[in-house]
Amino acid sequence: MRKLFLIGLKDLKLVFRDKAALIFMLLAPFLLTLGMGFVTGQFGGSGSGISNIPVGIVNQDGGQLGNALVELFQSKDLSDLVVATIIEDPAAARQQVDEDKFAAAVIIPTGFTESIIPSAGQIDASPAVQLVIYNNPTRPTSAGVVKTILEEFVNRLEVGRVGGTVIVTQLVTKGLISPAQVAAVAVQMGQQQVKSLDENSVIKLNSNVASESTVNFNPLAYIAPAMALMFLMYTVSNGGRTLLVERNQGTLPRLLVSPTGSAQVLGGKIFGIYLTGVVQMLILIVGSTLLFRLQWGDPLAVFVLVLAAVFGASGWGMLITSLAKRPGQISAIGSALMLTFGVLGGSFVNLEVMPTWVQFVSKITPNAWGLDGFSTLALGGGLGLIIKPILGLLVMGLVLFTISLALFNRRGMTMK
Amino acid sequence: MKAILEVKDLVKKYGDFTAVKGISFDIKEGEIFSLLGPNGAGKTTTISVLSTLYAPTSGDATIGGHSITKEAMAVRNLIGVVPQELALYDDLTANENLVFWGQMYGLSGKNLKTRVEEVLEQIGLADKAKNRVKTYSGGMKRRVNIGVGLLHKPSLLFMDEPTVGIDPQSRRAILDSVKELNQQGMTVLYTTHYMEEAQELSNRVGIIDHGELIALGTQAELTKQVGEMETLILHIDENEDPERLAAAIRTAPGVKRADVTDHTVTVIVPEAEEALAPAVTKANELGIKIRSVDIQEPNLEVVFLHLTGRALRD
Repeated sequence: MRKLFLIGLKDLKLVFRDKAALIFMLLAPFLLTLGMGFVTGQFGGSGSGISNIPVGIVNQDGGQLGNALVELFQSKDLSDLVVATIIEDPAAARQQVDEDKFAAAVIIPTGFTESIIPSAGQIDASPAVQLVIYNNPTRPTSAGVVKTILEEFVNRLEVGRVGGTVIVTQLVTKGLISPAQVAAVAVQMGQQQVKSLDENSVIKLNSNVASESTVNFNPLAYIAPAMALMFLMYTVSNGGRTLLVERNQGTLPRLLVSPTGSAQVLGGKIFGIYLTGVVQMLILIVGSTLLFRLQWGDPLAVFVLVLAAVFGASGWGMLITSLAKRPGQISAIGSALMLTFGVLGGSFVNLEVMPTWVQFVSKITPNAWGLDGFSTLALGGGLGLIIKPILGLLVMGLVLFTISLALFNRRGMTMK
Repeated sequence: MKAILEVKDLVKKYGDFTAVKGISFDIKEGEIFSLLGPNGAGKTTTISVLSTLYAPTSGDATIGGHSITKEAMAVRNLIGVVPQELALYDDLTANENLVFWGQMYGLSGKNLKTRVEEVLEQIGLADKAKNRVKTYSGGMKRRVNIGVGLLHKPSLLFMDEPTVGIDPQSRRAILDSVKELNQQGMTVLYTTHYMEEAQELSNRVGIIDHGELIALGTQAELTKQVGEMETLILHIDENEDPERLAAAIRTAPGVKRADVTDHTVTVIVPEAEEALAPAVTKANELGIKIRSVDIQEPNLEVVFLHLTGRALRD
C-alpha cells in the first residue's frame, strides 16, 4: 500500500508542476465562474457578488400594505441587496427596465391594501388585486431575486388575509364585535401583519429543510460548483492520460519491472487521479469562498460530496483511459466529454429548465449529481439531504471502475 | 563460475510476428555479456522478457535460481534495468527521481538517503541534483537513467543500448562506468548495435539477428569463425552503382564475399592489402570512382557480416 500512495503523491506533485494543467484545473474554472457571474448580472454594479439590484417601484395603492412593501424594499435589511427607486408612472418604470436601468419594476396597483384589509362596514375584503412585476430579461438572476422577495411578501400576506377574514367573521357571528367595529379590528390586524413582515426578513429564502436557519440567495453558489465539476472532468481525463504518457516515455514499464506489482502501480495511478481531483476541488472551493464570498454550506458535507464527486468523475477518467490507445485520444475524448457533460449535467444551463429526457440522461454525469448536492448544501441542507447524490456518484464510480479494470485486465497494464 | 542467468529456448511472439525465436544462453556471475545485433534484432524484447515486463510465449529463464515466469517478484528484486528510453520524470529533479525510484525498490529512511547520495556521486550529478531533469543535457539524463538502475545494488544489471543518441564524451563516461560497476562485482547484460562497445566491454558476446542467437562466445572465439579474414571497405561516389563493382570483385581470386551497403562495397579477403590493387583495377575498368578505402582486421563487425551478409548498421 505504501508504494500505491507514493505513486499517487508523485502524480500529484507532477500535476502541480505542469503549468498548462494548472491553468485548466484552477484558473479556467475561476475565470469562467467570473465570466458567467458577469453575464448573469452577479457582478453588475458594485462588482461584489449579488448586490445593489436596481428596482423601480410604483406605488399606486398608497395604503398600508403598499407603503409597507415600499418600506420593505427601502429597508436597512435590503439596503445591500436592492436599490429601490420610487417612480410615479408605471410606463416610465417599464421604460427604464427596457433601457436596462432596472433589473425589475414592481407596480403596486390601486386597491391592493383594500383587497386584503376590509374597509369600514365590510367583513370581507375587496376582490384580490395582484402585484405586478416587470422583469428585465437580460438580468434573469437579479430579476429572480426581486420576484422572490415579492413572492415571500405575498405569501405571508395571503396567510394573514385568510386567517384575518376567518377571525373577523367568527367575531361578528358570535356577537363579540359589531359590524361597525370590523374595520377597526381589521386595521389592527393589518398593522400586526405589517409589523410581522418587518420582523421577518422576507428577502430570505427558507432553506426548505428542517433547519431553522436561512441563507442568502446567491446564484454563484450554483455557477462555481458547476464550473468546478466541469473542469474536474478535465483533471480526471488528464490523469488517465498520464498513464499512457508514462507507458510511452518508459516510466510505466520501469515501474512494472520494479518489485512493485501491477495492481499497486494501477492503484497508485488511480489514487493519483483521485487525489488530484480532490485537491483541485478543495482549492476551488476555498478560493471561491475567499474571492466570491460564497457559502458552500456544511463543510463536512461539502467534503464528503467532493470525495464522492471525484470518485464518480475518476470512474469516467479510467474508462476513457482503458479504451484509448494513445494519450492524444484521451485528450480529445476527455475534452469532448468535459463539454458534453458540462451541457448535459447543468454546468451551463440549470437542469430545471431542461426537458425531462435531458434531466433523465443527465444522471450519467457526475456534474448533475454533484450540482444537485452542492445546490442543496448551498441552500443550507446537510449531509442527510445529499445521500441520494452521494450514492449516485458512488454507484457511478463503482460501475465505471469495474468496467475499466476488466478492460485493463484484458489488455494488460502495458496495453500492448 | 556460477551462472546468474540461464535462458532456455526463450520464445516471444506478438501475434503472428516472432520477435525472439527460441534463444538459449547463460551469463556467469561477474561477467559483462553483450547482446550485439542491428536494430529490430530482438535485443530489447529479450531484455523485456528477462526483466519480467512481458511473459515469454514459451521457454523460461532463471535469474539467481528464480524463474522469470513463476517467481517474477523475486527476480525483480535481483535485477536492475536501464531501459533504452529515458524512463524518468522530467518535471522532477534528479534527486526526486532517485528518491521515488529508490522507494519503488523498497528503500526507505536513512538507507534511501545514503544510496541516493552515493548514486548521485557515482553518476557525477551531485551538484546538479536539485535541478529538474528536463533542464539536463541528453548525456546527463542518460546518467540519471543509469543511476536509477543502480539504486538497490542489483546482482544483475540489464542495460539496453544506454549510449543511443548521446555525445562521444557522455558515451565514454557511460562505458567507463559500466566497466567500473563490473569491477565492483556487478554482472551486466548489455545490448548494443555498436560493435566497438561490445568489443570494449564484453567478456562474452551473443550475436542476435532476426530473433535468433546466431553466434555466442568470446571475441576470440567469434572472430575465429571467420578465420584470419580481413575486410576491405571501398567507398564510392553516390551516383555510382556499387552492385556492379561488387559483382566484378566477387570474381577476383581469394575473395570470400563482397557485399553492398549504401555506397560502400565490403570485401572479405585473407589479405586486404593484396586485394586492394585488383579491386581498384576493376573499378577503373568499370569507370567507377573510389573515394576512399578502409582496411579492418578481423572484428565483430566482420563476424556479423560473415554470418548474415549485412552490416550491423543495416
